[in-house]
Amino acid sequence: MARKTYVEVTVCFGRDGTMTPMEIHWEDGRRFLVDRVLDVRQAASTKVGGCGIRYTCRILGRQTYLFFEEDRWFVESRE
Amino acid sequence: MDEKWDRISPCGDRVILHVDLNNFYASVECLHHPQLRDKPVAVGGDSQARHGIVLAKNELAKSCGVKTGEAIWQALEKCPPLVVVPPHFQQYLRFSRMARNIYLDYTDQMEPFGIDECWLDITGTLSAEKQGNRIAAGEAIAHQIRRRVREEMGVTVSVGVSFNKIFAKLGSDLKKPDAVTVISADNFRQQIWSLPVRELLYVGPATGRKLSGLGVNTIGDLATLSPQLLHSQLGKWGDMLWRYANGYDRSPVTRVGEESVIKSVGNSITAYRDLENEEDVRMILCVLCESVASRMRSHGLMGGTLSLSVRDNRLYSFERQMVLQRNTWSAEEMMRYSFQLFCRHWKWERPIRSLGVRMSELCGSDAPDQICLFTDYRQLQRQESIEKTVEQLRRRFGPHCIDRAVVLQDRRLTGAGSERNRQLSRSPWDRNAG
Repeated sequence: MARKTYVEVTVCFGRDGTMTPMEIHWEDGRRFLVDRVLDVRQAASTKVGGCGIRYTCRILGRQTYLFFEEDRWFVESRE
Repeated sequence: MDEKWDRISPCGDRVILHVDLNNFYASVECLHHPQLRDKPVAVGGDSQARHGIVLAKNELAKSCGVKTGEAIWQALEKCPPLVVVPPHFQQYLRFSRMARNIYLDYTDQMEPFGIDECWLDITGTLSAEKQGNRIAAGEAIAHQIRRRVREEMGVTVSVGVSFNKIFAKLGSDLKKPDAVTVISADNFRQQIWSLPVRELLYVGPATGRKLSGLGVNTIGDLATLSPQLLHSQLGKWGDMLWRYANGYDRSPVTRVGEESVIKSVGNSITAYRDLENEEDVRMILCVLCESVASRMRSHGLMGGTLSLSVRDNRLYSFERQMVLQRNTWSAEEMMRYSFQLFCRHWKWERPIRSLGVRMSELCGSDAPDQICLFTDYRQLQRQESIEKTVEQLRRRFGPHCIDRAVVLQDRRLTGAGSERNRQLSRSPWDRNAG
C-alpha cells in the first residue's frame, strides 16, 4: 500500500518560470539528488490520491514520480 | 406554433459536446482517499446544522439505491455500510477549474452548466478536412477529453456529442461513467425517441405529469404530437419542448468572456434550529440583508424589487415580493422592507426552517433615480454613509469587527463572531447572480 508523503524540495526556477526539482529532503533528514527529470505533465496520482504537475525523475537510478500539488510537493512512498 | 418547422429537417451543421464530470464531489473525495474507492461513499452536509442531505454519491452507493438530495439517515437505512464524508468545496472548485482548462484547449465556446457540466461548441475549431465528417471528428475530440480528464485529474467524464445542446446533454446522461455517446442528425430518431420524455432537459416532474396526461410518455411521442395541441396545453413552453424533441434547438454555446448579466442577488439560510418568533426572524433577516447589500455594493448594483422566501419546518415554502419606492443597496432598507413583507404574509402557524432574501430589477448604482418629495434624502445619505464605513471597517479589520446588536442574541444562529465570511455564498435560487 502506497502512502502520500509530503516532502521538502530544492527547486531551480528558470528565467522563463519553469521549475526543476533538484533535491528531495526526506522525512528522516536524508537528501536525494534528482539525477534527471524525464517528463513533466499534469497527472493524477491514483495510488495515493491527488493531482498536480507530475515530474518523472530519476533518483539513484530509479524512476520516481514527484508531484507538485497546489503549493506542496509529494511522492508516492511505500508504507 | 409556426408550421414552417414541419417542413424543415434538423440542421446538423454544428458539433456540440456536453461534458459531465461523473459523480463529481464523490469522485474527488474517492481520488483523495484511495481507501474509500471500494466502498459506497456519499458526500453529505452537516446533519447538526440541518444540512444533512446527500450532495453526491459514488457508483457503489448508487447501486444501493442512495439518491442525491435525500436525507443522510434515509441513505444510511438503504445502505448501512455507506461512508459519509463532509464536502470540500474549495477542492471541487479547483477540479472544476482544471477540467475547464482542458476544455479550453479545444474551443473558446464553453458554457458551464453548474460546477460539473459544460457545453462546448467545437464546430469552428475543426480543420477544413474534418468539416466533411464533423460528428466523427467531434467524437474523436470527446475521447481525447475523456482520456485527458482521467489521466490528468484522476476522475471521469461522460461526453455527449451531437448537433445541438439538448441532444448533447441527453447523450452525456445515456452512458456513464467514462464514456462517449454520439447522437447525430441522421440517427437521433432511432436512438432517443424511445426514451422516457423525462430524460429530455427541462422536462421536470410537473411537466412530465402534464405530458403524461396527454398520452406523451416518450420523446418520440412528444416529437410526433401536434404542436398546436402542445401549445394549447403548455403555451410557449410546449413549442420549445416540441422543437427540442425534433432536434430544432439552435441555442448557441456562450463564448468565454461573454459574461451573463446579473439579474438578481440573493442569499438564503437554513437555520440550525427552527425560528420560533419575530426576534429570530429579525436576526436572520439582518444577516441575509447585510450579505446581499455587501454583494450588491461590490458589483456596483442597486435593486428595485425585494423578494422574501420562507420555508417552514414541514418544508412548505412560499415567496413574496415587493416593488420598492426607490432603488437601493442599503441593508437597513432591505431589512425594514423584508420584515414588513414577512409580517404581512406569515401567520405563524408553524415554526420556520429557512429564510431567503433576493433583490432583483437591478441597475447600476449611478443610474438616475426619480426622487420623491416626501422622502428625507439627507437621512438616507447618512445611512448609506454609515453602511459604507462599516463595510470598510470589516474589510480592514475582519468581518466581525463590528456587528449589529441584534445578531448577538444568538451567535450560533447568526454566525456572529465565527469565522464565517460576512458575504454568504449564493443561494440555489439565485438566478444569474453574481
